[in-house]
Amino acid sequence: MNVLTFLLAAIALLGLSGLPACLLSPRSSTGQHIATGMMAAGSLLGLACLAAVLAGHAAPALSWSWRIPQSLFAVGVDPVSILFLFPVFIVPLLGSVYGLSYWKQAEHPANGQRVGLFYGVLAGGMALVVIARDGVLFLIAWELMAIAAYFAATAEDDKPEVRRAGWIYLIATHIGTLCLLALFAYWRYVTGSFFLESGRVIPVEEASVMFVLALVGFGFKAGLMPLHVWLPGAHANAPSHVSAVMSGVMLKMGVYGIVRTTALLTSGAAWWGPAVLAVGAFTSVAGIAFAIGQRDLKRLLAYSSIENVGIIAMGLGLALIGRFQGCAAWVLLGLGGALLHVWNHSLFKSLLFFNAGAIIHAAGTREIDRMGGLAKRLPVVMALFAVGAVAICALPPLNGFASEWLIYVGLFRTLGGGAETGTPAAALAAVALAMTGALAVACFVKVLGAVFLGAPRSEAAEHAHAPAATMVAPMAVLACGCAGIGFFPLLTMPLLESAARMWTGHAELGAIAGLVPVRQLTVAGFALAAFVGAVALILKMALRQQTVRTGLTWDCGYARPTGRMEYTGSSFGDSLVNLTTFLLRPKKFRTSLRGLFPRPSGFKSLVPDTVLDRLVTPVFKAVGQALPRLRVLQQGQTHVYVLYILIIMIVLLVWGSMGS
Amino acid sequence: MIDTVLHVVVLLLLPPLLLGVITKIKAWFAGRVGAPVLQPYYDLAKLMRRGLVLSTTTTWMFRAGPIVTLATVLLAGLLIPIGAADAPVAFAGDLILFAYLFGLARFFTTSAALDTGSAFEGMGSAREVTFACLSEPALFFALMVLAKISGSISLTSMLHAPASTLSAGVAAPLVLIGIGLFIVLLAETCRIPVDDPTTHLELTMIHEAMVLDHSGPLFSVILYASAVKLFVLGTVLLHVIVPFEFGRAWLDWPLYVVEILGLAAVIGVVESIMARLQMRHVPYLLVGAMLFCGFGFILLIR
Repeated sequence: MNVLTFLLAAIALLGLSGLPACLLSPRSSTGQHIATGMMAAGSLLGLACLAAVLAGHAAPALSWSWRIPQSLFAVGVDPVSILFLFPVFIVPLLGSVYGLSYWKQAEHPANGQRVGLFYGVLAGGMALVVIARDGVLFLIAWELMAIAAYFAATAEDDKPEVRRAGWIYLIATHIGTLCLLALFAYWRYVTGSFFLESGRVIPVEEASVMFVLALVGFGFKAGLMPLHVWLPGAHANAPSHVSAVMSGVMLKMGVYGIVRTTALLTSGAAWWGPAVLAVGAFTSVAGIAFAIGQRDLKRLLAYSSIENVGIIAMGLGLALIGRFQGCAAWVLLGLGGALLHVWNHSLFKSLLFFNAGAIIHAAGTREIDRMGGLAKRLPVVMALFAVGAVAICALPPLNGFASEWLIYVGLFRTLGGGAETGTPAAALAAVALAMTGALAVACFVKVLGAVFLGAPRSEAAEHAHAPAATMVAPMAVLACGCAGIGFFPLLTMPLLESAARMWTGHAELGAIAGLVPVRQLTVAGFALAAFVGAVALILKMALRQQTVRTGLTWDCGYARPTGRMEYTGSSFGDSLVNLTTFLLRPKKFRTSLRGLFPRPSGFKSLVPDTVLDRLVTPVFKAVGQALPRLRVLQQGQTHVYVLYILIIMIVLLVWGSMGS
Repeated sequence: MIDTVLHVVVLLLLPPLLLGVITKIKAWFAGRVGAPVLQPYYDLAKLMRRGLVLSTTTTWMFRAGPIVTLATVLLAGLLIPIGAADAPVAFAGDLILFAYLFGLARFFTTSAALDTGSAFEGMGSAREVTFACLSEPALFFALMVLAKISGSISLTSMLHAPASTLSAGVAAPLVLIGIGLFIVLLAETCRIPVDDPTTHLELTMIHEAMVLDHSGPLFSVILYASAVKLFVLGTVLLHVIVPFEFGRAWLDWPLYVVEILGLAAVIGVVESIMARLQMRHVPYLLVGAMLFCGFGFILLIR
């Protein structure tokens, strides 16, 4: 038996995990437990298959003929697939466990079964995308994933904003799919088959067309700016465990698509790398700048996902430049950093979305500015959030730093020096990355401070309740993953190197640890921990003989500070939002005060999505106004449509005969 | 080995002296005798013996802030070469660790400030993270110039490169990033014209606003950590603006001490003769620093 048969069985288990619940009563939670059980079985089986492949059981590939003409049911697993399969087998399982208390079937009889069903299909679809080796199969898997995500994310479709977000997602994802349709059709046209295998010689012009189609088509899914328009709304309005899977894993399918396509198109043009690098740099800086302006916790996290996809794209751009110029070091560092960041982001972003779910459950709102002081009521959640926040800001010693460090070192090496020639312009991306890093710190300090620290700003925040153990456990697992990769990044290097070898098609590429001392990150991490411990110990000694009193916050002498007097998240981000108004268009609503005794007044500010509000919506409105004229063609009478077909056939016949 | 021991000793003991020198110079400019230069040491020792007042609003984050900050700046201090000697810890890519350690310190300092729930401290930390977003690119431009000159991505060889490869071609970029780094130094260590470390009841402050509620040993740790930060960033700057070495350890160490005290004196002079900028003008200054460093880079790779 082939390993792949087991892998397909695992995927089937994931995909069908929501089915039994649909056959049971909508108020019974048995189905949900069965779903989690199937998910666990499927994921463990899948991870076992991956372990078997890694252990060296012959490079697996399978192909069966099926009833679709010119196409095969071809699947295969290579190092890039393995890299992307790990998150698919880990995050949805944890999300399913989390959902046991977050989205209890008994509390959501109207949509619980639907969420469960499509949640499973989403997970299975993603796994199938990663192993598909045939254009048609890929598109089928892609659509399964995209549609399942739509139904899972719009669970609460009785709310208008959820429906709106769902529509935008559906339109965006299908524009992307259209590009992919064109991509695979063109691939078939150029290579003569739908089978996706590297090593084909494709002229640079054709390859460039496919590259652009892939960048746009997959860019929609990954959330590259300005194709990100669907992302904030869909993530904000989905149930939190669905958001976690969408952000942590589904966006990465877009990244996977770009990695896979560039692996297939080995004959690249010089401009590919710089283009991806520039798009990545813009996406990361703009993504995090938008994130700072958000007041909705989950929208903020969604924008931060855009930022992270931008960082991944920067790594890919560097790798493309390296591949074109034949510099193995840039490929290893760029692609290695990008792929490691894929893992890392799926760990810490899922952690943060789970966290957001727990916060929303506890405080009953998504508005950051209505929270505050949750650390006292949810200490464990706060500690886990702090881990996720430090990791996502790429601060040492956690995992975000390891992957960004690789990308940074790669970018610095493009400066040249030693035996390498350089392209110093590429190093400018390091400055963008540095700015992203500083903005990310601002963004997550804002969230941490406004949500967990200080005094509660609302009644609900004051009486927040701690989440159930099944919600905390998945977060703890992810936090351990963040710390694990952060302290021991060396363990991930062999897989990254084999993925880079597969991507370039060169068997001899060298080791990442031979280029940069990855081991030193472990040393630095433990040194940092030791230093913190030492300082804490000294302080404890100093305090042993001293009195520790508690009192009110001094606040320059205010006798009775309240939560309402605190700096809110919006005020915290305001100075940064004002610095970036060329990009962000913040809207501020304030009523002016009149007279000696002004009436109660209010102030409101928000940062809408510039691309969606200023570009996409006007264009769609204009199109919507222009196109109804075409309705004269659409009479609703079948025989007229048959007539159209006849006319078009005749036109094609005439055109064809003229051509020959 | 001797160098490493000296490095650690200087890193641990010298920083408060810089604060003392700055205060002394400012006092002279104001026509006063001023506190003894060793006053910061007395202050730190006194604060360590004091009790602690904690706000009921605070959590562990309030205590973690100063602790993590001190730990990170000390670790960052081990990554840079002091004077002519090499850094005790050096590896390819340590410059990123160096920059991000300061990011970690900022994360915890600002979070600890927000932990008190005071609007002043919220304001202070908002400004801190905002200005960092502008000084970080400047720092990275400067690091790129040094990396390009040295052909290395390890701080030890990068910072020794100006002294060993000084030539007409690299002098102009070095001057430009020297100016940029000096501004970054003033901003990161919260000196005039960006911030005024002596005022206490003024809305336009950054660092002091963030630490209003810290007291006793915790405050001592904060003061010491900010002195170490000044010392570390000052040492980086010295490698760029005075790239001279004798090549003999017994001469280079005293030379270095003179240089860093001289830098403290210069900061004292700047603080004495300049007024603090309006808060809304600070970004212009920092963008200026970014432009200096950016032009330095362009000049080098043209």
